[in-house]
Amino acid sequence: MAESLAPALDQGAGMPPTRLAAYRAVLSSRIRAQRSYRANFYTDLAGSFLIGFIELAEVWILFHNVHALGGLTFRNILLVFGIADLAFSVAQMVFGHVDRMPTFLRAGTLDVFYLRPQPVLLQVITSEIGLRRLARALVGLGSLAVGLSLNQIHWSWANAVLLLVTILSATAVHSAMLVWAGGVQFFLVNGAEMTNAFVYGGRYAATQVASVWSAPLKVLFGFVFPMAVTAYVPALHLLGLPGPAWLPTWLAWWTPVFALWMWGLALFTWRQGIRHYQGGGG
Amino acid sequence: MPVRLLPYWRLFLAGVHEQSTYRLAMLGGLVANATFGFLKVAMLFATVRAAGGTLRGYDIGSMSAYIWLSQGLLGSVNLNGVSDFAERIKTGDVAVDFSRPVSPQGAAVARDVGKAVAALGPRGVPSVAIGVLVVGMTMPTTAWPYLLGVPSLAVGITLSAALVYALATAGFWLIETRGVQVLYMVVSGFFAGLFVPIALFPGWLAAMASATPFPSMMMSPIDILTGRVTVARSSALLGIQVVWLAATVTAGLVLTRAGRRTLEVQGG
Amino acid sequence: MNEAVIATRGLTRDFVRRTRSGRLLRDRTVVRAVDELTVTISAGESVGYIGANGAGKSTTIKMLVGILVPTAGEVRTCGLDPLRQRRQLAHEVGVVFGQRSQLWWDLPVRESFSILAAIHRLARARAREREAELVEHLEMADYLDTPGRQLSLGQRMRAEVAAALLHTPRLVILDEPTIGLDVLSKQRLRDFLLAERRVHGTTLLLTTHDMGDIERLCDRVLVVDHGRLAYQGSLDGLARTVGAERVLTVDLAEPVADLTDVPRTRHLGSEGNGIRQRLAFDAEATTAGSVLAEVGRRAEIRDLTIEEPDIEDVVRRIYQSQR
Repeated sequence: MAESLAPALDQGAGMPPTRLAAYRAVLSSRIRAQRSYRANFYTDLAGSFLIGFIELAEVWILFHNVHALGGLTFRNILLVFGIADLAFSVAQMVFGHVDRMPTFLRAGTLDVFYLRPQPVLLQVITSEIGLRRLARALVGLGSLAVGLSLNQIHWSWANAVLLLVTILSATAVHSAMLVWAGGVQFFLVNGAEMTNAFVYGGRYAATQVASVWSAPLKVLFGFVFPMAVTAYVPALHLLGLPGPAWLPTWLAWWTPVFALWMWGLALFTWRQGIRHYQGGGG
Repeated sequence: MPVRLLPYWRLFLAGVHEQSTYRLAMLGGLVANATFGFLKVAMLFATVRAAGGTLRGYDIGSMSAYIWLSQGLLGSVNLNGVSDFAERIKTGDVAVDFSRPVSPQGAAVARDVGKAVAALGPRGVPSVAIGVLVVGMTMPTTAWPYLLGVPSLAVGITLSAALVYALATAGFWLIETRGVQVLYMVVSGFFAGLFVPIALFPGWLAAMASATPFPSMMMSPIDILTGRVTVARSSALLGIQVVWLAATVTAGLVLTRAGRRTLEVQGG
Repeated sequence: MNEAVIATRGLTRDFVRRTRSGRLLRDRTVVRAVDELTVTISAGESVGYIGANGAGKSTTIKMLVGILVPTAGEVRTCGLDPLRQRRQLAHEVGVVFGQRSQLWWDLPVRESFSILAAIHRLARARAREREAELVEHLEMADYLDTPGRQLSLGQRMRAEVAAALLHTPRLVILDEPTIGLDVLSKQRLRDFLLAERRVHGTTLLLTTHDMGDIERLCDRVLVVDHGRLAYQGSLDGLARTVGAERVLTVDLAEPVADLTDVPRTRHLGSEGNGIRQRLAFDAEATTAGSVLAEVGRRAEIRDLTIEEPDIEDVVRRIYQSQR
């Protein structure tokens, strides 16, 4: 029966497990649980793949009608879509269940997290992992790979580093969006749809050609929730194309800063939310 | 009203009332509708302009009408496949529904349609208002589109409720219905013309869409209401909608009966 | 060895309720859920925390473990500040919340236990030993491989208790631990908690509506009414203070007039023209035997039942005596 014990305990018998063991124990058992219902797991994977695929199809249909949109062709947009959807899917895989906060709050699940010796937010994040989203990430990755091969990109070290930094920062931005939305749920009853406007609207915005946006959209999704700089602006930089008004291509190197901003906002919101929940400040 | 129909009317009103109590959720939904609406405006207007001002019968004004009507209908046409009835099957509460002297299908659909109608006010009207006041959109000035459009809208809303009900009956046989629900969510939005109007689809894809009930839920009422299609074509679309509704309700009836038998055999 | 495991002074918690008044305006009312609660619970004690629903029990517990911030007053649990030192405190306290599960509903009970062991950073050997101990004493061996969602209520409650006690906490807080359990399961759980206390010197704090829980498990009771401490002391003292009544129900051979003249009893009501009659009496003032004898003198008794004072009744009497 020993093998059914969590792998977290597979260490020296007398040694207490490390700090990370708790998270590893939960996550590895979540992964096993998801994979043990095989039929469900494959349906979930297929569904997730289809979501990514159809979102790509929606972009393609527009380009099927016109050759270029806002200065980009379909080949170009594959690059934008690829970076954006890959980052979004990975963020969803790791942080996606944070959008179950309304349920956690209603069912009192959060109280249980308080009884355990780990930070509450870390427990919420590591309470689940959405493996099915790997399939969707695959659509993003595929689109990115095709986009990279079909476009003329000058492959310098700087551009390679930029691509890597962009993907990581974009993932961080989308992750922070989910944590931010989770924090907002402490204040709003039935408010998930409001935050979805920005979390999922943000994903939709990140895959778009931001040059066609109106000024308010540029403020909202260019800077407040910095979507344009997670994929569109870096893609312009890689393609050697000029940026539209308000979004110069040198901003491409600023994605990590935008990621920091978004995480700052997310953690601040979460903290205020926790305060509100405990009744300290509100 | 015949006494037999009275319970469904009451359930419809309960749905109306229930929906109007969630004011904040309504506001949230409106924020979401508007945000997505403006993003759609940016992309679709740019597409129409890139095509030289008109594209497959759309100009800026009619594209705007499509966008804001479709956003306004999001609170009323169920494109996510989530329903209370699915939850009731999962929790076993459905046994209570079966013990009542009303049809569970009629009850669930009446209530959902009530909720959908209640959402037209706080979510539909402001969306259209944004379209008219902020963006500008063209709507027909003759009576026919409205005379045919209103019943078309009613059928579309009812069809989506009936379809989601039929979908929920999968729960009688499957332990986990999330996969089915996600599949519905992805396919229904796409083929109902939520993000891109079906007229912009390449021919083969448009043909695929018209083989499903989804355009009848949203695209057809919008096409009729905005006067994008002729009166004759509108009547034909309405006819197709009614056929899909009849087929869906029948499927729901059959599935409910089969599900009930399954439940009785397994003892819940 | 008499250090305080729980110590509160003037502990107070307000909630702000907003109620709609008119179309847009909202009234803001402050509800005091816990009102200047001052209690000390020493190591090894077992204390019953009782009161009507909404009297402030859950709010108190949430402040004790750091879920809620007090509006005023002080609280120390296991010598720690529950808010600032919540994570440290989590190692010292085990809580069973009636409605909130510690178990993973889709995982076998065994796996939930091993995850919890990792969460509390128990060494492997220690975790195994403790798990085996709990499995034996709570008789869980039969369903260790069953997922949480498939457990019966009694099984689930035992598993929840085990989950909360896996890390051998010094303080165990149980919110309605025996609610909905059958007599045997209740008994088993109470025996386990007694043994746990004997072996590990665990301090127990439990809320309950079950008089049996209090009688079997608690040395001391705290009664709260509208957030205020209405009584603290022994259970006997509680019954004596309020003079809790027992109720005798008799079925008579034929209808008789209401038995309002039985000495030292109070007539509660009758049914079927007086065939069934209910009499309340104070256990301190008279005995069931003498009441029965008196009734027997007036009519022929066919059947009878005696109800012990229930906790709600005791609490209600305390509340009344305060006003």
